This record gives sequence, C-alpha cells and structure tokens, in this order.
Amino acid sequence: MIVQAAPIRRQLHPPPVPTSPFPYHPGSLLSASDLTLEGVSHILTRATALEDQDPLTRDRILLKRRIALLFYESSTRTRTSFELAAKSLGADTTLVSSLSSSIEKGESLKDTGLTLRALGAEAIILRHNSSGAAWLLEAETRLPVLNAGDGMHEHPTQALLDLRTILAHLKPGTHTVTAETLAGVTVTIVGDILHSRVARSNMLLLPRLGARVLLCGPKELLPELAAHAGPGIEIERDFDAALRQSQAVMMLRIQAERLAGLQLDLEQYKASYQLTGPRLAAHAPTGVVLHPGPIIRGLELTAGVADGPQSAILEQVTNGVAIRMAVVERALTAVHQGGRA
Amino acid sequence: MTALLIRGGHLIDPAAGVDALKDILLKDGRVAEIAAPGKLKSAIQDSGAEILDATGLTVAPGLVDIHVHLREPGQGYKETIATGTASAAAGGFTAVAAMPNTRPVNDSPEITRWMQAPERGAVVRVFPIAAATRGSKGEALNDYAALKSAGAVAVTDDGYPILKDNIMRETLAAAARVGLSVIQHAEDTRLTQGASMNLGPMSFKLGLRGMPPEAESGMVERDIRLVTELRDARAHLHVAHTSTAAALAAVRQARRSGLRVTCEVAPHHFLLTEEHVGFYNTNAKMNPPLRAASDRDAMIEAILDGVVDAIATDHAPHAVHEKEVEFENAPNGITGLETALGLSLRWLHKEWKMPLGRVLSLLSAQPAALLGLKGRGTLTVGSFGDVVVFDPKAEWTYHARETKSKSRNTPFDGWTMQGKVRWTISEGRIVYSTSA
Repeated sequence: MIVQAAPIRRQLHPPPVPTSPFPYHPGSLLSASDLTLEGVSHILTRATALEDQDPLTRDRILLKRRIALLFYESSTRTRTSFELAAKSLGADTTLVSSLSSSIEKGESLKDTGLTLRALGAEAIILRHNSSGAAWLLEAETRLPVLNAGDGMHEHPTQALLDLRTILAHLKPGTHTVTAETLAGVTVTIVGDILHSRVARSNMLLLPRLGARVLLCGPKELLPELAAHAGPGIEIERDFDAALRQSQAVMMLRIQAERLAGLQLDLEQYKASYQLTGPRLAAHAPTGVVLHPGPIIRGLELTAGVADGPQSAILEQVTNGVAIRMAVVERALTAVHQGGRA
Repeated sequence: MTALLIRGGHLIDPAAGVDALKDILLKDGRVAEIAAPGKLKSAIQDSGAEILDATGLTVAPGLVDIHVHLREPGQGYKETIATGTASAAAGGFTAVAAMPNTRPVNDSPEITRWMQAPERGAVVRVFPIAAATRGSKGEALNDYAALKSAGAVAVTDDGYPILKDNIMRETLAAAARVGLSVIQHAEDTRLTQGASMNLGPMSFKLGLRGMPPEAESGMVERDIRLVTELRDARAHLHVAHTSTAAALAAVRQARRSGLRVTCEVAPHHFLLTEEHVGFYNTNAKMNPPLRAASDRDAMIEAILDGVVDAIATDHAPHAVHEKEVEFENAPNGITGLETALGLSLRWLHKEWKMPLGRVLSLLSAQPAALLGLKGRGTLTVGSFGDVVVFDPKAEWTYHARETKSKSRNTPFDGWTMQGKVRWTISEGRIVYSTSA
C-alpha cells in the first residue's frame, strides 16, 4: 500500500483557497494591504490638498454627511483626529463608545452596526479590541468601514500617517509613491511587535514602497514567525545594530493590556530596547524617531528622546488629521479610486 | 415490517469483500438475502417487498460517523437528536456516535438512555459516547460498567482533553476492564489559552493567538506512553480529529509497536488549511484548528497509506447568531454530516484516486469495527439493514441553506460534491430519499 501511495503523493492537488471578498465597499479601509500604490498616492495627495484648503470651502466636501465613530477601546489620538478630520470636511459625527451604549447591555457588533446604519450613518470608523472586527462589521453592514485599530491586527491609517511622516523627513515633497520610493531606506520597529497592530500595518505597507523593515525586540514580544508575515521583513534582535542600519526608528509601547499573563522583566527590557539619548547619538544620529503613542516616558524611550530634535512624534499626530481627512473623503466619495487594482 | 428489495445496484461491501452487481433483500430490519441480479424473484413474491431500482447506483453499508455533536440534552437551538440524525440520513449515515459535551454533560446512565429513547425522534441509530470523567472536568472517573450497560460505546471528555497523567492512566485502565475505547481530544490546554486558530505565520498576520501543533502531538505522545506503560492488551486509545503531521507520526509509530491506537481525521482537516480562515471566517473556526498545508498533506498521505482508521465529521452545529461575531468570540465547530461523503468521493476518490471501496470502508466498516458496533458497517446476511444507495458519478453543489440540520455553519457552502445519495435506509426503513 505504501509503495503504491508514493507516486500519488506528488500529484496531490488540494482544493484552492478562495479569494477574499473584502473589501465589499471600495470606500472601506480595513487593511493597509487593501490599497494599491496608486491608492496610497491618492491618499497622500489628497491629505496635502485638504490640509492646504481653505476651511470654509473644505467643509462643503462632506457637508451634513453622517459618520459614526464606534469605539470599543479607549483612544485619544485616533478618535480625536478622525473626528476632527470628518468635521473639517463638514460631516456630522457621532461617537458610540462601548462604555456608554447598549454594547454594555450585550448588543452585538452586528446589531450595533445595523443600528448605526439605520440611524443614517454612511460610514463607520471602528476601533475594537478583537482582531478582525472591522471585517465582520463591513460584511454585516456593507457600509464603508474605516479600521481604526482591530485588536492585535491592523491600524492602516496609522501606517499611512507614519508613511507621510517618514516621507516628509526622507523624501520631502513626495506624494506619488512607487515600488522604489523607499528603496535603500531601513525602518526599524522596536518592542512589542507581537501585540502591535501598528507594526503589522507598517510591515504590510512600507516594504511595498521598497523599504526594508527590521523588527527588533525580545523573543516573547517578537516571535521568529513575524519575519514570514510578508516580503521585506527581517529580524534584528540587537537594537544598536538595528539602529546603525536605520533611517527611521519606530518605538512601540509595551501593551500591558494584551500581555495575557506574559511575564516580562522590565529592567532587562529597558537595558536592551529603551531608546536613550546616548544610544540614539551613538548609532542613529540622524534617524527619525517615531512612536504611535501613547508613549510611556522612561520605558520604551526616555523623555529626552521624546522631546528631542529627532523626535517626529507630534508631527505624526498632526499628520494623522490630514491622512484621516483623505481617508474619510475617500470613504464617502472616491468610489472608484484607491480601491483594489 | 415490510420488506425492501434493492435491485440492480452495484454492491460494495468492503468488510465482506463484495464488489459486484447484486440484489439485496432487507426484511425485519436486517439483511435477509443477497443474490446475483434477478435471482430474488421468489423472495419478492413471498414477502411483497417494496422495490428500489438501483440500476447504475452504488449500494453500500450505511455510513457510520463516530464523532458528532447532537447538542441534546440542553442546546436544542443548535441541534436536536431528531434534526441531527435527519442531517445524518441526508448525508448517507445510518449510525452516529454522539459526544457527551451536552448540557448537562452525558456522564450518567440516565442521560445515556435518555438520548436513545424513541421520544428523541432519531431517524438513524444513535450510539452515545459517555463522559470519561464527572462533568468532563478531568478529575473523577465515571462508572464505566454502568454507562456501558446503558448503551455507551466509548468514553471521552471531548471538547476538553483528559489532561492529568494519573486520570488518563486510570481512565485507560478502567475502560479496558469493561471493554470500552477511550477517545481523547488531544489538546494540551496549557499551550492553547486564548488561542483561536493554528499557530503560524497566518495567526501572526491576523493578530490572533495561535494553538501550537505540539499542543496536539504532545498529548498524543503522552497518551501513547500511558498505553505502553499500562501493558493491557484490551486498552484502546482512539485519537479524535487528528490534525497534525506530528500526531499522525506518533500514531503510526504506536501501531508499529503493536499498540491498540487508532485515529480519525475529519474532512476539513484533509481538505483545508489555516489559509481558509481567510479574513476571520468563523465557519473555518474549529478545535483542533485548520493547520498548515504540510499538516493537511500529511492527513491525505496517511489516509492513502491506511494509517487513518476512520473519517469522522466532528459535526458541531452552532446557531447563526453564535457565529456572526468577532472571530475570537465565536464557538468552535462546523457541521459536516451532509458533506462528508460528497467531499470524500470528490477528493479522495476522484482527485486522489483512492479506490471507492477503501473510501467507503473509512466511512463505514472501519469506524463501526473501531467502536465494536456489531452488525453495522457491513451488509452480510443478518447484519442490520443499514444501507446507503448513491449515484457515484453525480456531481452536485452543496447549499447550506438546504440543510436538514438546525445549523448551517459550514465552510463547504457552494462546494462541488461527488456522489448523490438516493436512499438512506436505516434498519430496513427508508429515512431519506431524493429523486433521480
């Protein structure tokens, strides 16, 4: 029997994996990988145009259109910048958060989404503690859904605003991006990669523009299989060695809320991975320092670095409003632009 | 009881070594006579048998699924014994072994008997598998002798493993003494906390906590070690829903050592991989999870090689609203009774050239023998009149909305199936039929 089976093995054709039906709506932004490079270029171009536009004409773009912000997790930057972005375009926004809504009474994500749609929401911006929640919400409502962070999975607008920040420092004036735009550029992402949706979205986006992404962190927070998440991703556990190769370094917060019992020696962590003034001066004296926030001063980076001349942390926040204006505009208007190729 | 003559069909009875055109007469719930085509004329006249024309069709022992969740008692909104067995009949199954993770857990002779009572409305035979430990908590053993006399055909804590070494050792020993198999849900739950899919590049990409393959294979290896140490030839370990190459390798090795260790594989584990989770398809979420392509390929090879003893569906119905939630919050499990034959014929037989008789054996003769279900899984004279008649050439599309089950949580909605069931006959009664 075994002798007979051998030739059969080489001919096995298993059933194919079906292609993804997502995104259902061309205005949705669920994953950084939903965007073609053309789509990324469109968003970068519109971000600058909208930022430069007279606020009095800008607010006619989405005048009185209804956008719901649905937040299952606390947020300062993302929530406020999405809200300001939508309002800058003239849209009416409403915030539903899990702690002051029927979600507390056990209403499901599906029913919450359908309720918002029935209330007239034309797009939903979702922050959720479960990976994949944005896909569920889009499938159930078929509205444009903007993923403002789903569990440990993705945070695509963060990757776009990080890209805008990196371009402003390394390739000023660039709006149209290609597969070579960031050729020769190394971006190191440091720290709690395992639990980071910011890292995942950046890992999917930056290599497509030619960047090399180095991941740096201890094994508990950076499993080896992270290097297989996509092309252009490598692991370098020696922080100093990573810094020496990098033009940009993205520091991440230790996500205490997602450690799930994982014990971490913080003193050991700081010794190996904290970004300090001397470390930065010695190994990356001209590198751009990014952090998606919230920052914990004295843990992943020192106050001196956060406030120092190489820090782009507050620029990132400002860029967030511009990027989110473009993404919100795309959700409600640019039906055939920036979607899948 | 009226007699039933199945005429002109191609009888494939792997256990009896029959693969030929035969007429078969069922009487009083049993196989009464088997003869060359046209030779049973007198029998018809004598008994006034109803005649089923099986010309061009395959006639085989009714299929036997040794791993289903019928959800009764306690979760009738997902499935009942009536709807679950109706679904089984539609899939060509005439016997199903029902897992004990009901509400309450089936850890008593009372529940075991309740599940078999005529009031449940089962249309095919239900064989309860009782809980190995009280409440399936993995602490105190149940009374296996009492469970066996109430009708239990094996013990398991399925849904959970019997984790502690000493409890598993006692379970194997106690079950061996009364001649029951121990079915292990092999999962070291210390390694799978909070996990909702296979551990690998895909789980990392999706931001989901992953179950390492070692959580399964490590438990299988531990169990095999316990069987070895027990030195009781009656001890039988059966590995439920095997999903990893490493676990199969352990079973293969144990078999070479002459141990009574068997395993089953579910269609989803020999067809699908973690890639089929796609973007959080909760109908591709089950435990054990869909694994890597290398694991899936190992399942296919082990089936073709004969290491796998049975195809079992792990039919696990859940209501629509339970699956329309965040992936991490969705319950584990998919339905499978109506797709097992169609998928097995489409892929194992047609695509991978496994002889029809061997495929059918994995779905009937072998699982019946594995649990010692006497008179099932074969159609020799005197056996139960459990028959499936199907058109082996017919291709059709499975639509979950047409299911007989109460639930429709399947990843195979819209898939092409091969082999259309024409009649399912349980103990001489037609319990399912479709038109030509």
